[in-house]
Amino acid sequence: MSIRGKAFIAGAYEHPLRTIPNKTVQQVHAEVAAGALADAGLSFSDVDAFFCAGDAPGFGALSMAEYLGLQLTHIDNTETGGSSYLLHVQHAAEAIAAGHCHVALITLAGLPRSSGAGIGGAGRFGSAPEVSFENFFGLSIVAGYAMAARRHMYEFGTTSAQLAEIKVAAASHAQHNPHAFLQNTVSIEEVLQSKMVADPLHMLDCCVVTDGGGALVVVSPEVARKLTRQSVPVLGTGFAVKHVNNGRIDLTHTGAVVSGPRAFAEAGLTPSDIRYASIYDSFTITVLTTLEDLGFCEKGKGGEFVSEGALQAPFGKLPFNTDGGGLCNNHPSNRGGITKVIEAVRQLRNEAHPAVQVPNCQFALAHGTGGNLATRMGSATLILGQEV
Amino acid sequence: MSFLPLADVEVNAETQPFWDALKNNALLLPRCNSCTSVVWYPRAHCPVCFSTKLQWEEMSGRGTIYSYSIVTKGNGRWKDSGPYVVAYVELAEGPRILTNIVGVAPSDVYINMPVQAVFDSGDDDRVLLRYRPATTG
Repeated sequence: MSIRGKAFIAGAYEHPLRTIPNKTVQQVHAEVAAGALADAGLSFSDVDAFFCAGDAPGFGALSMAEYLGLQLTHIDNTETGGSSYLLHVQHAAEAIAAGHCHVALITLAGLPRSSGAGIGGAGRFGSAPEVSFENFFGLSIVAGYAMAARRHMYEFGTTSAQLAEIKVAAASHAQHNPHAFLQNTVSIEEVLQSKMVADPLHMLDCCVVTDGGGALVVVSPEVARKLTRQSVPVLGTGFAVKHVNNGRIDLTHTGAVVSGPRAFAEAGLTPSDIRYASIYDSFTITVLTTLEDLGFCEKGKGGEFVSEGALQAPFGKLPFNTDGGGLCNNHPSNRGGITKVIEAVRQLRNEAHPAVQVPNCQFALAHGTGGNLATRMGSATLILGQEV
Repeated sequence: MSFLPLADVEVNAETQPFWDALKNNALLLPRCNSCTSVVWYPRAHCPVCFSTKLQWEEMSGRGTIYSYSIVTKGNGRWKDSGPYVVAYVELAEGPRILTNIVGVAPSDVYINMPVQAVFDSGDDDRVLLRYRPATTG
């Protein structure tokens, strides 16, 4: 069975703020939930399924169902870091196709900026079996991605200037987003001259740290038909776990080598059909490796592919992250997954900023990478369209 | 010893021999009796063939650098340790393991650099497995 056309994204909402003082995390979950439901033309009382991940406080969806006052027949706490919310869309579509629910609400929220928590993952890793073999070597999150970048450079000749092209493209989009955390354009030179955080990654190779959140409403075809708002059908989904594999890790690829082909097969599409791509951009190297792994270019050719404005909307070869992405706009709760879906929905509805709206955006892809490129990750690919 | 922070690791029934061996300047890892894989990280189960027939075996301590990063500024207890080198070392026996490279200027580190184990300890009971450039010969 293919999921194509079995479920629709009817509502999408991104919190407008990037610093949210004096609010609780659950309160921001409720705000984005209300925003996405209003966008869909639905209300809290219509919701029969709720999805959240490690950023939600307490006992996952049980605590949040009670806080929000939802009456549910289906919940899902699947936690794969920043890719959780893309996987939630897949799981929601599956649950809808199975008849377990009709209106699924997915939320993400976090306050790492105003709480002073800074960079770092939500979730509970204290007793994980790998902790004592990884966590005591000063392995910052940036250093893990830096090792992946270093190996990519060694094997394929990728350069820091090529990685910088990715930030330059994201910044060129963020200048049009009045909510973006960083709205200034940057040059390759400015990226290369920014502070080295973990060699070879500079400060401007890294995503922003922001408060905020987002929500999605996924509905059955029957519900979608009754709504006036344009719904976006889920055409294809793919997921994969990549881990250290008994110490035989290869740092040059991600789980997208598996999730991408699965999603394309389910959608009956190929990379050349995709007009717009939301690519998880925790760091510039995340984008470069993912583009290769999804099949937008050959393995090792990502550096060439992203050069000369290929990722810049509206007329680049593959416009990406037109909201400014995690690199410039928003990386709420240190997780960029839900914003990837939200911007893809904007593009398909022709509601991106006019300066970055891709003409005739019939098919879009959103990809999430949760965890760490240097250890274990959940990779989730969604392919969405304007119609089934 | 290096000047990098040591840590209170979590020792459990599956990993006790590994940590005990480090204190005696030896690197012990489980080898699977069924498929002969060396298992990383240590556990009571072979993640390749799923056998539970494992045997502790002393490793050579030799390896090469698979990838690395020079961290300018670390977090938490590592705040003032930079610049330091985080690396994946590929052991001669196969596994690629996370560690630090010590005993060398960070700028002299390179991919494929031959390295050897350092049993990095302080004046207490704590010990971590780190690596330094291999001596020639």
